[in-house]
Amino acid sequence: MTDQAYNFAYLDEQTKRMIRRAILKGIAVPGYQVPFASREMPMPYGWGTGGVQVTAACLTPVDVLKVIDQGADDTTNAVSIRKFFQRTAGIAVTEATQEATIIQTRHRIPETSLTTGQILVYQVPIPEPLRFLEPRETETRKMHELEEYGLMHVKLYEDIARHGTIATSYDYPVKVEGRYVMDPSPIPKFDNPKLSDSPAIQLFGAGREQRIYALPPYTNVVSLDFDDHPFQPSKAPHDCDLCGAADSYLDEVITDDQGGRMFVCSDTDFCRSRRAAGHVGRLGSAAVEASE
Amino acid sequence: MTMMDRKLDAEHPLFQVQGLSKYYGSRIGCADVSFDLYPGEVLGIVGESGSGKSTLLSCLAGHLTPDTGRVIFDTAVGPRDTVIMAEAERRRMARTDWAFVHQNPRDGLRMGVSAGGNVGERLMAIGARHYGEIRGQAIDWLGRVEIAADRIDDRPSAFSGGMQQRLQIARNLVTAPRLVFMDEPTGGLDVSVQARLLDLLRGLVRDLGLSAIIVTHDLAVVRLLADRLMVMKDGRVVEQGLTDQVLDDPQHAYTQLLVSSVLQV
Repeated sequence: MTDQAYNFAYLDEQTKRMIRRAILKGIAVPGYQVPFASREMPMPYGWGTGGVQVTAACLTPVDVLKVIDQGADDTTNAVSIRKFFQRTAGIAVTEATQEATIIQTRHRIPETSLTTGQILVYQVPIPEPLRFLEPRETETRKMHELEEYGLMHVKLYEDIARHGTIATSYDYPVKVEGRYVMDPSPIPKFDNPKLSDSPAIQLFGAGREQRIYALPPYTNVVSLDFDDHPFQPSKAPHDCDLCGAADSYLDEVITDDQGGRMFVCSDTDFCRSRRAAGHVGRLGSAAVEASE
Repeated sequence: MTMMDRKLDAEHPLFQVQGLSKYYGSRIGCADVSFDLYPGEVLGIVGESGSGKSTLLSCLAGHLTPDTGRVIFDTAVGPRDTVIMAEAERRRMARTDWAFVHQNPRDGLRMGVSAGGNVGERLMAIGARHYGEIRGQAIDWLGRVEIAADRIDDRPSAFSGGMQQRLQIARNLVTAPRLVFMDEPTGGLDVSVQARLLDLLRGLVRDLGLSAIIVTHDLAVVRLLADRLMVMKDGRVVEQGLTDQVLDDPQHAYTQLLVSSVLQV
């Protein structure tokens, strides 16, 4: 099924070598943004060109790939990237989190705990957490170098001053192993605690900004906060209407124009496996849903 | 001798400049400047545009690297040459022991961040992590520079020029620096606002026992604030001494010209 016009996983071997070197450096210095020579990919910037390059550099023929977009396996971005690698690498794909060896993700960490040997690849739009406070790249690099991170707290201060609480709900800045402040990509802050002490390798690729950074397994990751305004992961105060899960991150779905709405797990694989196991939510019907 | 004694000890200069020169290619920025600044002392630097005042101040504050010379600051661990100091250390010093007030408040403030955030930034940069305390100190400092506490969540862009300048001063003094560099602090303000700002500055300098280096072309500013005066022309210091002495009995031809050029109202 592999398209023979392309090298395995689309990128040529020298490019993959270059990206692997960046990844290794990133793993050696957790949270540090390693520049790399990002290639043109056959998809627009903002669709995960960074993540795709990292995935391509990590893939081997025996890997099983899962791609998620906002938690879902069946949205455009996820479907097209999955197809891309099926066609150019001929690897096996799956929607089950525990079966995958490489998971490329956009804006979510799967609800199912990751395990040793798995690689989670994030798509990152803007890797520099200080960017909106300090527009100069030379200056932000200097700030990382000298650990001048007071500015990051100015952002959180502004949140509290304006909203009474830290209103940043995604892209929530973290500090890695007490050293680098890192942008966790736009995952909801609900997912932030899962970054820390994960048995899986976490890689972050920003294609347009040409940066790769990484968290090796069991890295300590702390979300920034104030002593009197501690970090709080947040989610919609509901249970999933399909599977009844109380502890998963939820999407709000508008169902009609009469104000009707439902909350469903954003992680579709998690929701489906719960329904298959017989859990039923407020609006779900076990038999129909499970047979999907 | 304890450290507290050291700080108050007028025997030890707080800041020593020795043979400082900065060239822009073959042009002179400033040449062979030397002076000592003692704790609690305010030094004024005057001269016409292009005389090297701002170049000198930038070299002193570490924004520019001088070509020759030493800039020695009496740090907590004794006198250190800030020119050869590691950059990390110099930047840390610049946001704790030093302060820099720009002529244009837009250069010294973060215009997209509220007044409280602006004042709190230096506190957070040195490790303050308690929102309530940071805000408390911000309100205290806004009060000291005569900005109403209910403006704390407004952005500086909503402030008048005089208020912006006072906010910049509060933002700089919140970490209790020992040495303040000011580049034309009253430039671009109308005279009545200037007068209030000068009054405020004089009060702060006296109350906090600050040492300050003020660059200006406004002789009235140095008359009011400075203990000592340095007159610069073409990158060189042509005359220095006590402010009243220099202004009332100028020796150098250029200083005489400068003093006689002031309009008497």
